[in-house]
Amino acid sequence: MPDNFISIEGITKRYPAPTGADTTIFENLWLGMERGEFVCVIGHSGCGKTTVLNVLAGLDLPSEGAVIVDGQAIEGPSLDRAVIFQGHSLLPWRTVMGNVAYAVTSKWRKWRSAQVQAHAQKFIDLVGLTGSEHKRPSELSGGMKQRVGIARALSIEPKIMLMDEPFSALDALTRGTLQDEVRRICQETGQTVFMITHDVDEAIYLADRIVLMTNGPGAVLAEIVESPLPKARARTDFHKHPLYYAVRNHIIDFLVERSRTFTKMTPDFDPRHVPVVRPGLAEPQVVAGNDAPSSSSLPGRRDSGETRQSIAKV
Amino acid sequence: MTRSLTLRAAIVSVAIFVLFITAWHLATRGTGDVAQMDPEYAKLMGVTATQGKSAMPGPLDVGRKLWEHLNQPFYDKGPNDKGVGIQLAYSLARVLTGYFIAVLVAIPVGFLIGMSPLMSRALDPFIQILKPISPLAWMPLALYTIKDSSLSAIFVIFICSVWPMLINTAFGVSAVRKEWLNVARTLEVGPIRRAFTVILPAAAPTILTGMRISIGIAWLVIVAAEMLVGGTGIGYFVWNEWNNLSIVNVINAILLIGLVGMVLDQILAYCAKLVTFPE
Repeated sequence: MPDNFISIEGITKRYPAPTGADTTIFENLWLGMERGEFVCVIGHSGCGKTTVLNVLAGLDLPSEGAVIVDGQAIEGPSLDRAVIFQGHSLLPWRTVMGNVAYAVTSKWRKWRSAQVQAHAQKFIDLVGLTGSEHKRPSELSGGMKQRVGIARALSIEPKIMLMDEPFSALDALTRGTLQDEVRRICQETGQTVFMITHDVDEAIYLADRIVLMTNGPGAVLAEIVESPLPKARARTDFHKHPLYYAVRNHIIDFLVERSRTFTKMTPDFDPRHVPVVRPGLAEPQVVAGNDAPSSSSLPGRRDSGETRQSIAKV
Repeated sequence: MTRSLTLRAAIVSVAIFVLFITAWHLATRGTGDVAQMDPEYAKLMGVTATQGKSAMPGPLDVGRKLWEHLNQPFYDKGPNDKGVGIQLAYSLARVLTGYFIAVLVAIPVGFLIGMSPLMSRALDPFIQILKPISPLAWMPLALYTIKDSSLSAIFVIFICSVWPMLINTAFGVSAVRKEWLNVARTLEVGPIRRAFTVILPAAAPTILTGMRISIGIAWLVIVAAEMLVGGTGIGYFVWNEWNNLSIVNVINAILLIGLVGMVLDQILAYCAKLVTFPE
């Protein structure tokens, strides 16, 4: 059993529909994440990716299930978990420094302003915005705004970074640069990252594991793709890795076809043991069941060993 | 291009002004028929009857009188003869007192309505009924309960300026972007700090718009209120000069009311600019 730093345990989200019956957005999701791991979630719009992230952030509550972080169930937002929102969501009446300093003073309330400024400056420098401290968000380009968002998230020195399609609104060139920087910063600081994306290449480049979600409503966590790329990878040649296309094709096949048909084709799917796939030169193979988180808060959901074996045999 | 537009607009403005003054001057210059009458009786009848001069003053008369007022704005020769500056100061004091009491009430209550859907629904019927009431309709009730004409005028100003601020504050607070609130939530910002660091700055432009509407209404209403309560103030001055049949002074007062109203509006416009943020 891996030591799960983050453990998503059977979360389900339902919304009451006007007709009376509830609409299930996603159902019974189980996922464990290790400390320092970079996980990307890919799925079509409407599969509830953002809701999963909001649950992790503590902004939304699941209808069922729980999320345990570092041995503690999530009960609300926390300064341990920083969120980088899809829109940059900077406070437009504050400068770059003001936005980052706001986060810093929220974490360390008793710090003097000089200390806050120095700390904020460190992270503004880290994302390469030195010299723009006194600009307002409206004076910045889209990429620069997102950098401020990253600096703000990092400045509170969180245990986990949650990113909701952070680069989707940027042009390809800026996106590439920011991906490099996020990767560098996360590796330097040993961040645990949970990121939502639409971009397959982005997921392959950044992630250690890529989580595939089926289409909503009633979305499930279908598969976990382990990246065959080494930890040390470079933007210039990661797409030349011999297994790059195997991974990419596997994910695209999933998005094009299997995300739609998965639930129908896999009636005996066990959400607690999501198949882990490591695409190879031959056809991708399921290598193991993703062991469900050990620190289960829901004893009623403990499973028998049989299912695990049967998945591992596939 | 913009500079030439400003210049051209200024030229047109000046032309309209000159045209208006000229027309006014020509229209009031003419003399009518003069009737023969007993000299004692003629004294009572005034220049309109004896010299055929129009009772409507021309621009030159008004300008001359305005110059007098501006040279001596603060003289005080008894209850019915005070300088126009003193009268304006009385009106301004009433407006500002009523207005600031309204600010103190409207902004906190507006916050409450904006943040709580329950209070929003609960208070809505009262606001809907009270809002369209003409502020002067409150005057008898105010005079009866407060028993002081000056305080009643302040109350009327309060009641007329509270609604636009209340409604705008409630709207501004309820329309604060969810993403900004989520930023505060993920940073574990407490409710009071959130109100002052996120909601207030985000709603400030809307609140200031309400405050600007309110000061305009308050300045409109004070003239009518002072005509009713009497004693002091620019509204009383207008009515008093009408009783004196001094159209020159009435026109001067109208001009000054307009100027002061414009200044008040410009001050609020400037404040609104200070809190507006570009997105």
